[in-house]
Amino acid sequence: MEQMLNVSSNPHVRDKMTTSRIMQLVALALLPTTLFGIWNFGFRALLVVLVTVASSVFFEWLYDRLMHKKNTINDFSAVVTGLLLALNMPPQIPLWMPVLGSAFAIIVVKQLFGGLGQNFMNPALAARCFLMISFAGKMTDFAVDKLSGYHCIDTVTGATALAELKNSGFTADSISVKNLFIGNIHGTIGETSAIAILIGAVILLAFKVIDLKIPLTYIGSFAVFVILYMLGTGKGFDVNYLFSHLFGGGLMLGAWFMATDYVTTPITPKGQLLYGCCLGVVTAIFRLFGGSAEGVSYAIIFCNLLVPLIEKVTKPVAFGKGGKKA
Amino acid sequence: MKANTPAERLVNGIIKENPTFVLVLGMCPTLAVTTSAINGIGMGLTTTVVLAMSNLMISLLRKFIPDGVRMPAFIVVVASFVTIVQMLLQGFIPSLYSALGIYIPLIVVNCIILGRAEAYASKNPPIPSLFDGIGMGLGFTLSITCIGAVRELLGAGQIFGHQILPLAAGGKFGYEPITIFILAPGAFFVLAMLAALQNKFKIGAAKRGIDPSEGCGCCAGCDTCNNTMCKGGKEA
Repeated sequence: MEQMLNVSSNPHVRDKMTTSRIMQLVALALLPTTLFGIWNFGFRALLVVLVTVASSVFFEWLYDRLMHKKNTINDFSAVVTGLLLALNMPPQIPLWMPVLGSAFAIIVVKQLFGGLGQNFMNPALAARCFLMISFAGKMTDFAVDKLSGYHCIDTVTGATALAELKNSGFTADSISVKNLFIGNIHGTIGETSAIAILIGAVILLAFKVIDLKIPLTYIGSFAVFVILYMLGTGKGFDVNYLFSHLFGGGLMLGAWFMATDYVTTPITPKGQLLYGCCLGVVTAIFRLFGGSAEGVSYAIIFCNLLVPLIEKVTKPVAFGKGGKKA
Repeated sequence: MKANTPAERLVNGIIKENPTFVLVLGMCPTLAVTTSAINGIGMGLTTTVVLAMSNLMISLLRKFIPDGVRMPAFIVVVASFVTIVQMLLQGFIPSLYSALGIYIPLIVVNCIILGRAEAYASKNPPIPSLFDGIGMGLGFTLSITCIGAVRELLGAGQIFGHQILPLAAGGKFGYEPITIFILAPGAFFVLAMLAALQNKFKIGAAKRGIDPSEGCGCCAGCDTCNNTMCKGGKEA
């Protein structure tokens, strides 16, 4: 026995990827989008972002404190939730609304169900829908205050690209695809710039925080559905219309940052593909046939609820089990 | 308190076995009609009348109803009373009648009523059964009125139709109604919040005075009790 046998209990393979590191990376990846939003909408957007993030962290701390639990603000998940919620707010929102939203996201949706890892629904999106249902007027008021020093948008009042698409029917001439891609349009703070979101997505992909399965199947199935809709309604293929749908609303932000939330998505690879397709189809149905112009947030929380079922059908067979009976 | 006296039955229905927060029965009207406090009271009192009368009637008939057909027999009794109440409401309080809508005929299949008929009235004499019905009904009324009041306050700034919180209008500072509380999800939020609050006080009371070996009287003792709310009493 000359060799020292190094015996230890499992896990044997360790990784630097801790929860807080993942959350920090997500926050970092959201930075380009946040900065663009602030540049686009001015000081007011910065205020909304700061208030939302701070209140999310505060409610996380408060809940842990009141329930005598271990303080979990160090895992940065509250920061990410707050940031995502802020990016889903219109820039002129009265500041107490994001605070109420943070309380709902952190306390009701996340902590009451057992904290990070146990929430069945994306907290930021659930809070957005909560606010959307409660204060429909304020949440869809994308007018920008002149005094707040907006930068990039050339009009003060204005509908979002999607609302315009919905109201004016099929003609999408007034919307420039270039503007949609860069993001100097109306919308919530974080959804306008496809390019900033894609930079963030590349960061997440480079650090292997997310993979392409969910976002690509989501965007892909959505695009296929929209194309089928265009052809099916006899209006012919129109690139502008398709791109307006892809870049004009919350689809990019939703697909890269919110549909990929670990907790509320399937863990099986097949399930992730199925989940992405569900998202695409449901989003397209909501947008094309629904009452409101936007449908990404409802689609994502709706599909969050399907995740247990998706995992049940796509559960892989364990080695040695199942297979063909001889 | 001595069991099966009228007073004990009332307290039992209103507090100890509150049909909404403790037994969690009759959720359909609880969630659906509590958009305002006045709807809650209307629904609650309507149910109370039906519950008391049907409990009394079923208790009187309990020796004559064959065991095999007791459910249809109960339903016939309950449905008769519901029909009477429905017609009275339609005739005398049409506004409440239209506000409650389909949920009045649905009182027939309210689980509180069938539950009390099955669990209590069919086994006990008429007077305690009557008071059991009244107690359960008042407990239900109280609970759904509370739920209705909270939803109305948060969702419209009103209680019993009176504007408690001045609304923000035309740039004025005021209360911005949280509309979701008037809608279906709000019913679940408020029910959960109130049930949680109620349990909090219950656990506190249990910790203060109840001998775990005897329990709270609802079962054989805390050691065999499956009720998670009681378990707070023996925690730690």
